[in-house]
Parts: sequence; C-alpha cells; structure tokens
Amino acid sequence: MKKLLFFLTAILMAYHTYTQNIEVCGTCSVPTLKKAISIAKDFDTILVKKGTYKEHDILVNKPLTIIGKNYPVIDGEQKGEIITVTSDNVTIDGLFIINVGTSYTEDYAAIRVRKSKNFVIQNLVLEKLFFGIYLEKSRDGKVFHNKIIGDAIEEYNSGNGIQLWYSKNIEIEHNFIQHVRDGIYLEFSDDCLIKNNVSANNLRYGLHFMFSNNDIYQDNIFEKNGAGVAVMFSKKIKMLNNIFKENWGTASYGMLLKEINDAEIMGNTFEENTIGINIEGSNRIVYKNNNFINNGWAVKVRGACYTNSFIENNFLYNSFDISYNSKINDNVFNKNYWTSYTGYDLDKDGIGDVPYRPVKLFSYIVNRTPETIILLRSLFIDIIDFSEKVSPVFTPDNLLDKNPLIKRITW
Amino acid sequence: MLKILKYSFFDLMRSRWSYVYFAFYLLLGVVLLFLNNDLSKAVITLMNIIIVLVPLIGTIFGVMYYYNSKEFTELLLAQPLKRSSIFLGQYLGVAISLSMSLILGLGIPFIAYGLFKSNAIWDFSLLLVTGTFLTLIFTALAFNIALNNENKIKGFGYAILLWLFLAIIYDGLFLMSLVLFEDYPLDKLSLIGSMLNPIDLSRTLILLKLDISALLGYTGAVFKKFFGTNFGFIISFIILTIWVIFPVLRIVLKSKKKDF
Repeated sequence: MKKLLFFLTAILMAYHTYTQNIEVCGTCSVPTLKKAISIAKDFDTILVKKGTYKEHDILVNKPLTIIGKNYPVIDGEQKGEIITVTSDNVTIDGLFIINVGTSYTEDYAAIRVRKSKNFVIQNLVLEKLFFGIYLEKSRDGKVFHNKIIGDAIEEYNSGNGIQLWYSKNIEIEHNFIQHVRDGIYLEFSDDCLIKNNVSANNLRYGLHFMFSNNDIYQDNIFEKNGAGVAVMFSKKIKMLNNIFKENWGTASYGMLLKEINDAEIMGNTFEENTIGINIEGSNRIVYKNNNFINNGWAVKVRGACYTNSFIENNFLYNSFDISYNSKINDNVFNKNYWTSYTGYDLDKDGIGDVPYRPVKLFSYIVNRTPETIILLRSLFIDIIDFSEKVSPVFTPDNLLDKNPLIKRITW
Repeated sequence: MLKILKYSFFDLMRSRWSYVYFAFYLLLGVVLLFLNNDLSKAVITLMNIIIVLVPLIGTIFGVMYYYNSKEFTELLLAQPLKRSSIFLGQYLGVAISLSMSLILGLGIPFIAYGLFKSNAIWDFSLLLVTGTFLTLIFTALAFNIALNNENKIKGFGYAILLWLFLAIIYDGLFLMSLVLFEDYPLDKLSLIGSMLNPIDLSRTLILLKLDISALLGYTGAVFKKFFGTNFGFIISFIILTIWVIFPVLRIVLKSKKKDF
C-alpha cells in the first residue's frame, strides 16, 4: 500500500512537472490559446480542440508543443500577426490559421519564428494571409506538410508563403504553396534543404534565393508562377530533379540565375516556359541531364557567364535552343541531344559526325532588336539561319557541341 | 459570269493538276498527323507550309491557266459577253478550285483524326481561312501579271519574282529596316510592316493564335493587344479583303481596256 501510494504521488508529480496537457476549447476552463500559453510550463503540450478562436498576437515564449485536433481555426481577423515563436524547441502542429493582417511597415505573418532553434512547424493550413511562415534568425528547424493558399493579386501588397531571413539549416518539405507573392523566399539563409514542395500560381517566383549559400532544392514542382525560380547572388546551390512547368508569359522564365557561382543543376525538367533558364553573370555551373522541352528559349545567356558546362542534356522542340548576345564564348557544350540537329552518324557510335551549332543567327538578331521576333517562322529567317549554320559570321564560332547525340538520352 | 465560272471550274476539276494538288495536301495532312500524333503541333507545321506553298501555287497556277486558256478566252471574247464576266469567271474558277483542293485536302485527314473533338479546331479553321485568302490574293495577282504580259516567259518570270518578293525579299527588307532603326521605337513600324504583306499578316495572325505570343516579349504585348482583340482581328481581315479586291478590280479595268 505504501509502495503504491508512493508510486502514485511520483506519477502525479511527474505529470505536474513536465508532461502536463492543457486542453483548449470554447467551453473549457481555458478558452483561448493565449491563456493556455500563459498558464503552461516549459515542455507542456497544448491541445487545441476543434472550434474557432479569434486571436492574434499570440506569443509562444516557452518551449511548448501546440497541437490542433481536427484543424481548429485561429482567426486573426486581419488585425495583425497571429503566432510569434520566440522560444527554442517549439512544435506547432495541425492548425488552420486565417486572416493575417496586412501592414506595409511590419511584415505580419501567420507564424513568425524569431531567434529560436529546433522548432517544428507542420500540418498547418494557412489562408487569407499576408506572410505565411516567417523564420527570422532561427536555425535547425523543420517546416513540413503545410498548405499555404494565398489570394495575392498584386506584388506590392502581398507577402511570401514561407520566408527565411538569416536562418540556417532549415528543412522545408512537402509543402503546398500557391497564390502568394513568392512561394518560398530565402534571404541570407544557408544550408537549407527544400524538398518535394509544390509551388504554383504565385505572382512572382515559386522559389527565390537571395544571398543564400550551400542550399539544396530537389524534387520540387514549380508551375505557372510569374517566373519559376529565381536564384540570385548565391553560391554552391544544388538544384536537383525539379520540374519547372508552364511559366509562360512575356517576362516569364523557368529559372533565373543571376550572379550564381559553383552551382549544380541536374536532372531537372523545363517544360513549356517562355525562357527555360535565363543566365546572367553566373560562373562554373554544371548543367547535366536536364530536359528542356517545348520552351520558347531553352537557355538564354545574357552575358558575363564563364566556364559553365552543359553536358548530356536533352533539348527537345524549343523555338530557340541557346541564345547568346556576344561573340565570346567560354562555356562548354558536350554530348547533348538536340532535336533540331540535322547531322548524320556514319560510324554508328551514337554521336553525330558533324558538330551542332545551337545558336541560330535569328536568335542573335532577336537579342539585338527584339522587335524582329515578329519574323519568327518566316522563310527568309530559315534561309539566313541556314547560311549562318554553314559559315558562322555573327554567332560565336567556337560555340558548338562537338559530340551531339543521335538519340535522346535516358538516365 | 456564273456560266463561265462553271465552265472553268469544271474544266479545272477535270484537270490532272487539281488532283495532284488535292492529293498533295491529303498526303501532307495524313503524314503530319501520323508523324506528330498531336493536332496543335501539326497545325504549326502546316502553317509553315501553307504560308509558303499556297501563294506559290496560286501564282504559278493562275499564270499558267491564263496562258493555257488564252485561245478559249479569245473565242469567248468574240461572243456577246461582258469582258468583266469572262475574266472574273475564269479567275473565280481557278481560285475556287484551288481553295477547294486546299480545304478538302487538309480538312479530310484532320476531320478523320478527330478535329471536332479537339480544341485545335479554331486554329485549324483560321489556318484554312487564311489559306483561302492567300489563294484568292495570289491568283488575282497572277491574273494581273498575265494580263499585262503577252510574253509567257516574262509573265512566269514576273509571277515568280512577285512570290519571291512577298514571301522572302520583303521579310529581308523588313528585317533590315528593323535592325537599322533599332534606336527608335519600332513597335508601330513592325505592326504596319507586317500588315502590309498578306503573307506576313497571315503568319502573324496564326502565330498569335497559337500562343507563341509570349515569346514575342514586349513587341508581342503590342501585337497581342492589336491582333488579340476583335478590332485587330477584323482590321486584319479587312486588309486581307482589300488585298483581294484591288487586284480583282484591276483585272476588271485592265481587261476592259486591253486590246486582244
């Protein structure tokens, strides 16, 4: 009996010290999330029952686990930021957060994580938002399985789905983001992994890098965004197996590279974009095993791009394969498959015997005088393209694929 | 006029060349569809062919028919018939039989392939309509050339030169002027330049319908704004119609004055 009593008190004490569960529901003793947080101790779990909670400016300043059951609605009523996390080791799971306030001086977010570590944000649904998940000077966190659906109409008064600012080592996986300004935005954020996300119908970019190094993004789908992915002023970024699709419009592209060095672009598919990849001032980038299908321009090289190599890519049915605006070429094209290649392979080794020139004269002219694009598919253009192919005068004469493949590459 | 139209039409319908022309388009349509397996792709390839071949065949055929049926024409001229109805009848006979070969030759394989279920039907109809316009325009131009030149060789030479000019040289001059004046705003100039030549106009109309417009960048936006609206569409067709009416009017006037 004595033993049992001791045991029970031990359990009771343990329960009170760290594994306390606090339930929040409209009719409970704890009717709001704010109150639950104020009475909670460190490492407690707060269970939010189904219902609508009209709250904003909720400050999570203790290491807590906040779990929503059956997606309780946290309605910010457009009054401002909804949840701000300032403590380490916080988990937020399964909430439905709507109506984030709009402000032009403060970036209100549905969830802001500020200067904390080891957080997990998962299974959230965010709607009617300004900014979605805003990670600020935080590290070692995870953002999983969230669904962010904005209603952005204009760039200047809308926010981003997931924004990272001075954050390190964050994993962003399986999120579904649409109709915001930038789907995912990384600024000064290093060593992040962005994987298996779908970012579609966003006003500006599906994914946007600024001054962020050593990041990896892979197996994502970027579809129908203003412009697929913009990678700017960043180093050593790995871009693997992503799909860039239908970024179609007068100023759209699948991927924009600006001042990017030492990146790896492998296994991606660029399909039906106005410009597949737009490259500017980017050096030492390896493009390997990518598919460029039905784009207006597969690759548009704007200038100051050195020592890049395009190896074993498929260029299929693009209006222009490569566009260059200068006569200097320091980039290597080797063993690619080009559908517009018209050479032959007499020794049957799978490699064409005649080198292929991917830059057409017309693409050079269009670069100089954009209005001339109106002559696309004119017979005259075909004739001058042919004569340029025979003896290059305007296009860089060392820009050629010496080993064009005869058959489409599969890997 | 209708009687003469009927005569020349049936005369041409019986002739080998109409069948060859018809068979060519039929084959082209079938091969394209079998190779491509994609209606909208096939429409793009067809456009490339139509804007080059239709004017060429229209011109050559028109000139050839005029010279070949010259004796018959002279016989008709001896009868109490209006000159305008003789020449208009012949012109329409040629133009309609050529258009029919085009429409049927391309239409049959596409319909057999399931055009009506596809959403490429509007692009395809636009293609056929512009093809028909081009036939009408270039046959009329050919008749003009033939009426002006008694010498067959000269007539053929001018006809081919005309085609060469509108299909190729015009674009070259156009391109050069655009490159030369690249420091000036060019969107209006390029708009007008492409409106003046029926081949360029047809090409632009079809290209913009086929959603290549996004490729065109800023210029494309100007073009889309013009051609994409009903207003621009109507203007383009008015211009194509003018391109038909003026040569036909000239056929009538010239034939009235001409001393046979």
